Amino acid sequence: MNDNVLIRVNDLKKHYNNGAIKALDGISTTISKGEVVVVIGPSGSGKSTFLRSLNLLEKPTGGTIEFEGQDITSSKTDINKLRMKMGMVFQHFNLFPHLSILENMTIAPRKLLKMSKADAEAEAKRLLDKVALGDRANAYPSQLSGGQKQRIAIVRALCMKPDVLLFDEPTSALDPEMVGEVLDVMKDLARDGMTMVVVTHEMGFAKEVGTRVIFMDGGQIIEEGTPDEIFDNPSNERLRTFLAKVL
Amino acid sequence: MYLYLSIEDWLRSLKDQFYLNFIDDDRYMYIVKGLGVTLEVTFFAVLLGIALGILVAIIRSTYDKIGKEALDDWKNYSRGNKSLRNIWKGFLTWSLWFWDQICRLYLTVIRGTPVVIQLMIAYFIIFASSNNKVLIAILAFGINSGAYVAEIVRSGIMSIDNGQFEAGRSLGFNYIQTMAYIIIPQAFKNILPALANEFIVLIKETSVSGYVGLQDMTKGGDIIRSRTYSAFMPLIAVAAIYLIIVMFFSKLVTMLERRLRNSER
Ligand SMILES: Nc1ncnc2c1ncn2[C@@H]1O[C@H](COP(=O)(O)OP(=O)(O)OP(=O)(O)O)[C@@H](O)[C@H]1O
Ligand SMILES: [Mg+2]
Repeated sequence: MNDNVLIRVNDLKKHYNNGAIKALDGISTTISKGEVVVVIGPSGSGKSTFLRSLNLLEKPTGGTIEFEGQDITSSKTDINKLRMKMGMVFQHFNLFPHLSILENMTIAPRKLLKMSKADAEAEAKRLLDKVALGDRANAYPSQLSGGQKQRIAIVRALCMKPDVLLFDEPTSALDPEMVGEVLDVMKDLARDGMTMVVVTHEMGFAKEVGTRVIFMDGGQIIEEGTPDEIFDNPSNERLRTFLAKVL
Repeated sequence: MYLYLSIEDWLRSLKDQFYLNFIDDDRYMYIVKGLGVTLEVTFFAVLLGIALGILVAIIRSTYDKIGKEALDDWKNYSRGNKSLRNIWKGFLTWSLWFWDQICRLYLTVIRGTPVVIQLMIAYFIIFASSNNKVLIAILAFGINSGAYVAEIVRSGIMSIDNGQFEAGRSLGFNYIQTMAYIIIPQAFKNILPALANEFIVLIKETSVSGYVGLQDMTKGGDIIRSRTYSAFMPLIAVAAIYLIIVMFFSKLVTMLERRLRNSER
C-alpha cells in the first residue's frame, strides 16, 4: 500500500463508564507524511481525546493505531520510545517552570537521546533563533508572554526531532494579538514538510495550511476532505450548522 | 531603704536558687545531656520521617495517578488473558493496590492516636525486650513524623498541575523520570517550608520521652525539680531553650521561604 502512511487509525474507541460515554466511537483514518491534518468540531466532540489517543496519553478502549507500521496499542510496544517520535503541544503550554528555556528544550534530548550538553544546546539555540527567541535562552517560563511560551513549547517538542507534531488548541489560551505569531511558526513548520495533526478553532489556519480537514461530532468523523471541500461545499447538515456558528 | 533591701534579698534568693538548681551537684548536666538526647532523637527521627514520608507519598500518589486506572483496566480487559506479561502486569497492579492500602492504614492509625501512646506502645510492647531508649524513641517519633511528612509530600506532588506530568510523558520520559526531573523538583520547592516546620513540631513533641524513662531535656529539668523541690528555675530554663531553638528554626524557615519566593517563577 502507500509507503507514505505515518499513522493508521482503525475503529478507534474510547468509552467511559462502561460505554455510557463514548468519547470516541469508531474513528478510522490515515495520516501520511507531510500532511497537515486539521481537526475541527464542536466542544465535547472528542477532538482532544482523538489527538491524545495518538500518543497514548489516553488509552483507547478499542480499535488499533499503527504508527510507522507498528501497532502501538499492543501491550508489547514501548510507549516511551514511541512518544519520543511524536511531539505534543498543549493548550496551556506546560513549560517546566523550574527550568530555564534552554533547559526546558535540552532536558529530553540529553536524558533520553543521550545527546551531549553542547550538542543539545547548539540545536536548541538554532531552533530558538528560528522562532526569534534566541535572546531568551536563559529566561524562565514565567518571564515570557503567552505567545512566546507557546513558541518555546513548539521548539521544545522539535528538539526531540519528532516525525509528527500533535497540537491541541495551541492558540486557544492566547490573547488575540499573540495568536498570529504562534500560527506563523506552525505555518513555517508545515512549509518545511513537518507532519502535523492540529485541533483548532482557527478556521483561517485550516483553510490556508491544512492539507486535510476532519470534522468530528459525537465521537465520530462526520466529514473529511480538503479545506475546499469542507469549507466551500459542505454537504453534511451538522457540518453546515457548525460552520455557520464558527465562520 | 526597705525596697532596696527587698530587691537585694530577691536577687540573693535568685542567685541561691540558681546555684541550687544548676551548679550544686553539677545539676546543669541534666539539662545539657537532656538537650543532647532531645537533639539526637529529633534529628534522626526527622531523617527517618522524611525517608518514610517520601516513600509513602510516592506509593500513594503513584496509585492515585496510574494505579487506579491500571486496576480498572486490568479488571475490565485483561483478567482472562493468561499471557505471562499480563499476569506480571496484574501482579504489579495488585501489589501497588496492596501497598497503597498498607500506607492508608499507617496514616490513619498514626494520625489518629497520640504520639505519647505510640511511644509507650513501642517501648513497653513492641520493643519490650530492648532497652535502647534512644533508638526506640527515634523509631517511634520517626514513624510518627513520617505520616505527617507523607501527607505534606503527597499534597506537594498533587499540587503540581497534571499538564506538567503530561508534558513530561509526551516527551518520552517514563513515570519515574517524569517524577524525578519534572514533578519532585517543583513539589519540593513548594513543601520545603512545611517540611522545616515539621522539624519544629517534632522537637517539641519529643518532650514526652520521659514517659518511657528517656532522659531528654524535659525529663532532665523535671529531675532537677524533684531533687531541689523548686520548679521555677529548671522548668523556665527548659522552656527557654526550646523557645530559642524553635525561634532559630522559624527564622530559618522564613528566610528559606523568602529565598524560594524570590527565585524564578
Ligand atoms: N475522564 C472522563 N470521564 C468521562 N467522560 C470524559 C472524560 N474525558 C472526556 N470525557 C468526555 O468525552 C467527550 C469528548 O471530550 P474531548 O475533550 O475529547 O472533547 P473536545 O472535542 O476536545 O472538546 P473541546 O473543544 O471542549 O476541547 C466529552 O463529552 C467529555 O465529556
Ligand atoms: Mg479539547
